[in-house]
Amino acid sequence: MAKYITEINKNGNIAVDDTILVKDIPATAGSKMLENFVPLFSAEAVERVLAAGYTLSGKTAVGEFGLDLYGETGINDICAAASLVKEGSVKAALNVDLNGAPRRAAALEGVTFVKPTYGTVSRYGIIAAACSGEQIGVTAKNAATAAEVLAVIAGYDEKDGTSLKDANNIDYNSEAPAKGMKIALVRELYAAADAAVKAKIDAAAATYKAAGAEIEEISLQNLAEINTAWTILMSAETTNNLSRFDGVKYGYRTEKYKNIDELYVGSRTEAFGFLTKATIIYGSDVLSKGRYEDCYDKALRIRRKAVEALTELFAKYDALLMPAFSKAEYEFYPVENAFSKVYEESIFTAPASITGMPAVVSSGVQLVGDYFCDGKLIALAKALEKEEA
Amino acid sequence: MKYELVIGLETHVELSTDSKLFCSCGGHAAANEPNDCVCPACSGMPGMLPVTNKHAIELAVKAGLMLNCKINQYTTFDKKSYYYPDLPAAYQITQWFNPVCVEGTVEVGERKIGIKQIHIEEDAGKLVHDDATNTSLVDYNRTSVPLIEIVSKPDFRSSDEVITYLKKLKSALQFAGISECEEGAMRCDVNISVRPEGTDKLGVRSEIKNMSSFAEIKDAIEFEKVRHVDAIERRTEMLVQETRRWDEVKRRTFPMRNKETAADYRYFPDPNLMPIIIDDEWLAEIKASMPATAEEKGQKYVAMGIASKEAAVLASDAKLCGMFDEVVAMGREPRSVASWILTECMSRMRYLGIETLNIAPQKLSRIIELVDAGEITRAAGKKVLAAVFENDVDVDKYCDEQGFNAKVDEGAVLAAVKAAIAANPAAVADYKGGKEKALGAIFGACMRELKGNGDPAVVRELLTKELNK
Repeated sequence: MAKYITEINKNGNIAVDDTILVKDIPATAGSKMLENFVPLFSAEAVERVLAAGYTLSGKTAVGEFGLDLYGETGINDICAAASLVKEGSVKAALNVDLNGAPRRAAALEGVTFVKPTYGTVSRYGIIAAACSGEQIGVTAKNAATAAEVLAVIAGYDEKDGTSLKDANNIDYNSEAPAKGMKIALVRELYAAADAAVKAKIDAAAATYKAAGAEIEEISLQNLAEINTAWTILMSAETTNNLSRFDGVKYGYRTEKYKNIDELYVGSRTEAFGFLTKATIIYGSDVLSKGRYEDCYDKALRIRRKAVEALTELFAKYDALLMPAFSKAEYEFYPVENAFSKVYEESIFTAPASITGMPAVVSSGVQLVGDYFCDGKLIALAKALEKEEA
Repeated sequence: MKYELVIGLETHVELSTDSKLFCSCGGHAAANEPNDCVCPACSGMPGMLPVTNKHAIELAVKAGLMLNCKINQYTTFDKKSYYYPDLPAAYQITQWFNPVCVEGTVEVGERKIGIKQIHIEEDAGKLVHDDATNTSLVDYNRTSVPLIEIVSKPDFRSSDEVITYLKKLKSALQFAGISECEEGAMRCDVNISVRPEGTDKLGVRSEIKNMSSFAEIKDAIEFEKVRHVDAIERRTEMLVQETRRWDEVKRRTFPMRNKETAADYRYFPDPNLMPIIIDDEWLAEIKASMPATAEEKGQKYVAMGIASKEAAVLASDAKLCGMFDEVVAMGREPRSVASWILTECMSRMRYLGIETLNIAPQKLSRIIELVDAGEITRAAGKKVLAAVFENDVDVDKYCDEQGFNAKVDEGAVLAAVKAAIAANPAAVADYKGGKEKALGAIFGACMRELKGNGDPAVVRELLTKELNK
């Protein structure tokens, strides 16, 4: 059985990942930096599930700060939430999708994860890293259950300045039939996956065709550019957000310091893992004087172009079909390779991350749709799950 | 060779909002103890998101309108990163790319000073060093209190112009309710260089950081001018572009600790704060809420019968004119109110060494009412005023306790006169011997006997009559 970092209630039905705050329950975000951090308030999404009558089962492991599935200073329990859902210990799990990790976990474990449209679920109360792209989503055994919980946590929240008023008008329980829909299969991403993943995409395409949908292979221009731009934005914002963890106010503090600079450097050096450090160094560089225009500012412009390009695609297609992860089985790699490994894998998840468009992972494949079309993607996922069952 | 000063100012002013810039904590003014006004947001806890204080935007726009700025109707917040324990999130939210106001002007004497921009930002906290334990303590009460930074163009040519500008700015900001501009709540960075008169090329610039006293600013500028000119003419030192601090004890500037590398603040747009759109409707509302200027107030006071010089003094200070307006509104005679504020209240403030008008308008109004109605003498009124300033006493109760009553009968006055004559035989002899001045001493004794009560004219009349008998 998968373990919790902190168990809250044996009979609880919702698991919460360790970057999401629950009042009085330790929140480490998978980092030694926060090993003793106890938050003073709960995330808005947590308040909403509790208000709806659900109970929390416990906090699940994440890679450090949610940057990847795996992080050396956290508990090396990758896909913790997805495995709990899979084994049926909980009805659903709330996970922060910062850089695609819960989507990868769902693909690997064969469960469903919905990353909703950016701004539809309050980000209040998550240990923030990449504010412009991260979203709380729902992991569940199937799309219908994920939709049920998503409908509870979604909606406008005045405590989050990026929360959208339109968030109140989404129908998550759409039963839109696949018949007549147009689905675009992204050629470059299909080609980048291994045979087992390709087989899952093929199976999904066959299901949709059989249901009367049209499948069209397309080429998504500038995927590498989009991935790099997202990595720049994500790393820069993460660098900035993690700078508050300095050993002064809370969290880990080195024992060896004689002045404030040594306190900062020692605490951060000892408490952050390799991937976090690599991200911080990269993020500092792309924001630095003389580099900003060529890196961060350019990444912002590429983000706008990506939004335009995908919006244009969604005028023609109802959804994009692609893998969420290159492999069907997870392979551990040396931590020194973490940053480039994550970069390689985020090519599948970056399009939805950088644009804030919704994505659903189900039956080992990923569907990406236009803003506020979360319901449509959920309906498409239901069609796949029906076929599987 | 003659040299010309070139000065630009960055003036930080705390905005008069009820709460901080991105959370609902009260400002540090509301705090009694360190870290009284602190929440997870302004202390940099993870999980909190900033929510912009609309009033702060409005006050910044007002400042821009006053300084004839162009208002950027699309304005954004950005993050400025640096590590310091008084900055709990390790970044300050400021406006780097799209400041709320740009391109303004202020008239200083005959000249126009350009305003480059006004931007909104959050203040940092405060570090307190505890020598007893050799530790540094942080107080986050001031963290995230809203500020505006008013950045002038390098248009000042003398320290006098700088001081005139700052005084004008202070009075204007107080008037419009933008900032209280209390002690220390208006802080200046002075950018200063010199160049030979008649040339255009800017000299090497030094920046004197974080000064709040106008007198110190003036002295620091004068010091820097001499230092720069000496460096150029007599090669006393090599001028480098640097930040310096003014030492109030040593009366000179010193370079501030130079970091090995120049600070890189890594500015970028804050993804948590959507751009703020100040649409025409909102802008019109803000414009409509602008108060009268000091000039307009002064003219109004003159029309009420106040002498123009007094009117100008009253109108130039928000707390004085605020008090004046309130007391006049309570029905007191304007000239009388002006005199009480400008003479008696200000004398109390000088005596106590304070800058606040330490009296409730109701109490000042009551004192003036009693004096003007002849219930107590002006001398007694002054004593009541002093007691209110120092102990906030109740006016009527205090008058009763002290027995202040201008309406004493003639019998009592006569009794006091006789007692004073009897007690001061020497002075009486002098007076009778032709020394008119000796009358003062006997009169004083009389008034003391009456405890300041009684109409001085009546007392004097009865006294001379009695002495000349």
